[in-house]
Amino acid sequence: MSTTVSSGSVTPSPAARPTQPGGGGPRRGRRRQLLGRNPLGLLLSAPYLIFVLLVFAYPLVFAFYMSFHDYFFAAPGAVVDRPFVGLANFQEVLSDPAVIRSFGNVGIFLLINVPLTVVLSLVLATALNKIVHARTFLRVAFYVPYVTASVAVVGVWIFLFSGNGLVNQILGPLAPDPAWLINEQWAMPTIAIFVTWKGMGFFILLYLAALQNVSDELYEAAATDGAGKIRMFFSITVPGVRPATVLVLLLATVTGANLFTEPYLLTGGGGPNGASSSPVLIMYQRGIEQGEPGIAAAIGVILVIGVLILAFIQRKLAGGDES
Amino acid sequence: MKNAQDPAVAAGLANAETARTKKVRTKARQVDGMSRNQNILRYVVLFIGALVFLFPFYYMVIGSLQTTPDPTVAGAFPNPANITGQNYVDINSRINLLQGLVNSGIFAGGVILCTVVFGVLVGYALAQLEWRGRGVTFSLMLLVQVVPFQLLMIPLYVMIARDYGLADSYAGMILPFAINSTAVLVFRQYFLQVPKALFDAARIDGAGELKILWSIAIPLVRPALLTVVLLTFIGPWNEFLWPFLITKEASLQPLAVSLANYLTNIAATAANPFGAILAGACVLAAPMVILFIIFQRHFVASDISSGVKG
Repeated sequence: MSTTVSSGSVTPSPAARPTQPGGGGPRRGRRRQLLGRNPLGLLLSAPYLIFVLLVFAYPLVFAFYMSFHDYFFAAPGAVVDRPFVGLANFQEVLSDPAVIRSFGNVGIFLLINVPLTVVLSLVLATALNKIVHARTFLRVAFYVPYVTASVAVVGVWIFLFSGNGLVNQILGPLAPDPAWLINEQWAMPTIAIFVTWKGMGFFILLYLAALQNVSDELYEAAATDGAGKIRMFFSITVPGVRPATVLVLLLATVTGANLFTEPYLLTGGGGPNGASSSPVLIMYQRGIEQGEPGIAAAIGVILVIGVLILAFIQRKLAGGDES
Repeated sequence: MKNAQDPAVAAGLANAETARTKKVRTKARQVDGMSRNQNILRYVVLFIGALVFLFPFYYMVIGSLQTTPDPTVAGAFPNPANITGQNYVDINSRINLLQGLVNSGIFAGGVILCTVVFGVLVGYALAQLEWRGRGVTFSLMLLVQVVPFQLLMIPLYVMIARDYGLADSYAGMILPFAINSTAVLVFRQYFLQVPKALFDAARIDGAGELKILWSIAIPLVRPALLTVVLLTFIGPWNEFLWPFLITKEASLQPLAVSLANYLTNIAATAANPFGAILAGACVLAAPMVILFIIFQRHFVASDISSGVKG
């Protein structure tokens, strides 16, 4: 990030590069110093840069601005007073039990989703990597939930996990009462299991790719030394795919922070009693439905800071220094 | 993280995998009894996994064809006495399925078009040209992929729906997704594999930069096109939150949004709500699942590289 696009600070010195190939006089040399050897590159990238500025950079700054102001919706072009309120939005958000609960729910989500995803996708990827037949079929089978819209599969899950749904029919007397999605204890875990199921295909692929980088010689050497299969799995495979595991941890955290569709549709808007609400769901309810974008922006800012901290801790703990 | 972002790794994966398969094959010939048992165990685990992943889809189809919902274990098997196409007619009378599919298609198509046109240009510029700001642009591209879209939801809504007046329009739907950064990285990777000497030779022959781009670079990147299209397609086709925020008019809603609205608002009034929901779900899921099965070979490489966005 040390190079900047700004050209003001560059002092062109005509004598600096007299031997540069293809240099066409001092004028051309100066332009080259300002814009680089192929200024066309900047032109070709302009649409993308404008897009990033418009859709990422500006809204990001805007979100921080909103979170410190008593922001409200007004007709386009209307001049309205939106006073600076300092940390008031943050105070309100952090003292709201519903918001606290939604962050706690993300915690529950991560506690279930992360270990399940890491263990199951690594086991399935390792098995898939060693077999010869039916690889394509199995890979496609694992992957189908990932490419399908949440909205579509949510319908089946409601059907499967309803009071007299198939899951409860099979469980019989063991079925929880009230049923999964309307049970305060089970609503969030059911969502976590849904998301794990839906996303796992992607992580299996990620691990499958990582496994290609684990050298066969390591296994052969270990076998010569008399190591068992299980020992090899923990001493060679697990450390070998560590970069992928770091990525899984990071992506699971981001997914948890982004939860919206599942609580909105599976549990009818974070029910029962907010037991499955998520921060983004509350952002939607407060920001759009109740017209308090400042509050919603404050939740968003806290969320992003939380994600960054968690990601940092995870990277330290997982010991991967891949950026 | 670098590995997953790097499509070179991904592109190499396909080859690595065939090599691996060969290796596994030679090994398979030398199996002794013990590892045969292990192999059987592997298949058992994998097929149980496949069953868990596929069963809900099977159940979706079965459920969408039932006259009355049968949640018992017997209901998981097709019963000729309880089969009907009526659910598809029902859901179509509540939400216009065809219109929903068309809207989803326009949304996804717009995103794909912008991504391909502008993505090729940036990809080429990043891989083969030297210009001031190239490093910054590349860093931005990686950064953009980890910014949670949901944080931007509120400001984007204010900007696009209120300031620009793009609510209830395809443009408003497409704008935040217009250029898929992962796709740009895939293009960049393809251009990196082209030797610089090829372009230098064209320059020495006196071809202008635009001529080089049009006649040399773009034809070379054609193999990446299908991968990019498929990769980009998943996002908008399945996206719910943003089009849900920006479209209130039913005739403009993508199918995912109108189906979700049906699920939350009007399902209770239907004769067989589950059947109708599942019928809609089948219609929404089918194009993506079919495309994926046909082109699954192209998904392997590309999806690894989509790692960061998740």
